[in-house]
Amino acid sequence: MNTTIMLFLLQDGITNGAIYALLGLALVLVFAVTRVILIPQGEFVTYGALSYAMLATGQVPGTAKLAVAMGLVAFGLDLFFARKSLHARLIARAVAVDIVFPLAVCLLTYALAGPKTPIAVNIALALLIVAAIGLFLYRIAFQPIAHTSVLVLLIASVGCHLALQGLGLVFFGAEGLRGPALSNVALTAGALRFTGQSLAVYGLTIAFIVALWLFFGYSLTGKALRATAVNRLGARLVGIRTTLSGQIAFLLASLIGAISGILIVPITTLYYDTGFLIGLKGFIAAIIGGLVSYPLTAVAAILVGVVEAFSSFYASNFKEVIVFTLILPVLVLRSLAAPAVEEEKD
Amino acid sequence: MSALLSVSDVHIAYGKVEAVRGVSLEVNENEIVTIIGANGAGKTTLLNAVMGILPLKGRTTFAGQDMATLDIEDRVAAGLSLVPEHRELFATMNVEDNLQLGAFRIPKATAANSFERVYNLFPRLKERRKQLAGTLSGGEQQMLAMGRALMGAPKLLMLDEPSLGLAPIIVADIFRTIGELRAAGVSVLLVEQNAQAALQIADRAYVMELGEFVLSGAARDIASNQRVAASYLGFQHEGESAV
Repeated sequence: MNTTIMLFLLQDGITNGAIYALLGLALVLVFAVTRVILIPQGEFVTYGALSYAMLATGQVPGTAKLAVAMGLVAFGLDLFFARKSLHARLIARAVAVDIVFPLAVCLLTYALAGPKTPIAVNIALALLIVAAIGLFLYRIAFQPIAHTSVLVLLIASVGCHLALQGLGLVFFGAEGLRGPALSNVALTAGALRFTGQSLAVYGLTIAFIVALWLFFGYSLTGKALRATAVNRLGARLVGIRTTLSGQIAFLLASLIGAISGILIVPITTLYYDTGFLIGLKGFIAAIIGGLVSYPLTAVAAILVGVVEAFSSFYASNFKEVIVFTLILPVLVLRSLAAPAVEEEKD
Repeated sequence: MSALLSVSDVHIAYGKVEAVRGVSLEVNENEIVTIIGANGAGKTTLLNAVMGILPLKGRTTFAGQDMATLDIEDRVAAGLSLVPEHRELFATMNVEDNLQLGAFRIPKATAANSFERVYNLFPRLKERRKQLAGTLSGGEQQMLAMGRALMGAPKLLMLDEPSLGLAPIIVADIFRTIGELRAAGVSVLLVEQNAQAALQIADRAYVMELGEFVLSGAARDIASNQRVAASYLGFQHEGESAV
């Protein structure tokens, strides 16, 4: 092995690691606010990537209709749970968020989809579709059981993953898809060649991390989300709706997932079920970060990416095994270091 | 004048055990009302249920509005605020952020005034505004919990055992501040085991035993009631025996 190969592997690992970092951050965010371990994060990745890839070929992806259908269910739930105290403002909000929003996105997709649609429009459409799905997924599957234990939420999460993966097969078929690159420029520095795509990956990852940091550190909504994570009862006592916090967390997570997908679909062929494995690597990073620390998660994600790149070079058959084995020493160390705690009931 | 908070014939149960049985109380505007009673009498349960944390049977109205369909967040928006026994601060966030979140339901412009008001009431919080809430002393945490509740400009502040675990000098400080709130137009419903201090600043008082109110009236009369004196104030009037 020479330096050039090493540099290539390192570059490859960091590019993948940046994607895992985004996903890991989303997982930490969702867990902190809602205590949901977001297994369907991988589906957000595939939905974003494949919706974008289909839009690029001029077709309307089935996910647009799924968003409308989920919106209708969410609308029914909103009305049902508020049946004792229905008032005009609440109904207006439910109509706007649950019906008008996804319907507008769906109609917009039908109107704009075509072989000549610019890349930026396709990206925006794919993001809107997946954001709507993420929002309604929380409303339908998690909000009604938000007060239950982490285990119950995890089981629901696995259920969502399986359901969305099945729907993914229906929407995108069993064939893999690739999307067009965001940019075709390439820079050369010594032996290394940076494609526009990998630069976009770095740029967006850093932008997202900075944006999340600003959002949580300085905006009132971001602080409210943190407050919900720190103390749910305290948050409710100052009037923060924990259901709204959950919806925002899912909205952000689905957006991050979709962006990750759109970033990698020009690099690798994605299938309807690829997202799970990608999400799982983000999950490893999140676990190394203890499901609480954003910086530790980002660093761990880069590590996961680099280990993956090197192991695919040396022992490509065992690539996944090696990556997932990373979690064992971390779990052992963490379980030794952390005192036994009972799950907080609230 | 109709009462600001009115609770009538309220029952609260944990499973089959009734912790509060048929309790009625009223708090008027600009009034400090205290509920005193021993540990386990049901005082905290009552406050939590009025806030909407626990379900209750009975009728509760706040500022003329029936609260049956309101959840905690709606009650906060309506001007009801609770400082719970465990304070429930955002421990890993700093004092300023905690206070800012206290004003979550009011317009941004009003929040600036709230900051000033709270910092005037508790100058200590201003000194510590960049410190994490979890690293404050017990007294400062209590001040922060009260400050956070006041940030939302509530009409009625419900305080659950504000003196719990605090040094006497801090307790005096806290009670002086509670007294000042009335002048600022905030009504207070105070639950306390420190009956003496509570009765000194309160206008009216209820005495709670085993989930029921056994006595109510002007705080002055309650304080001079021999049974209360014996049970809660820790002394007996001369020549009389405790009931």
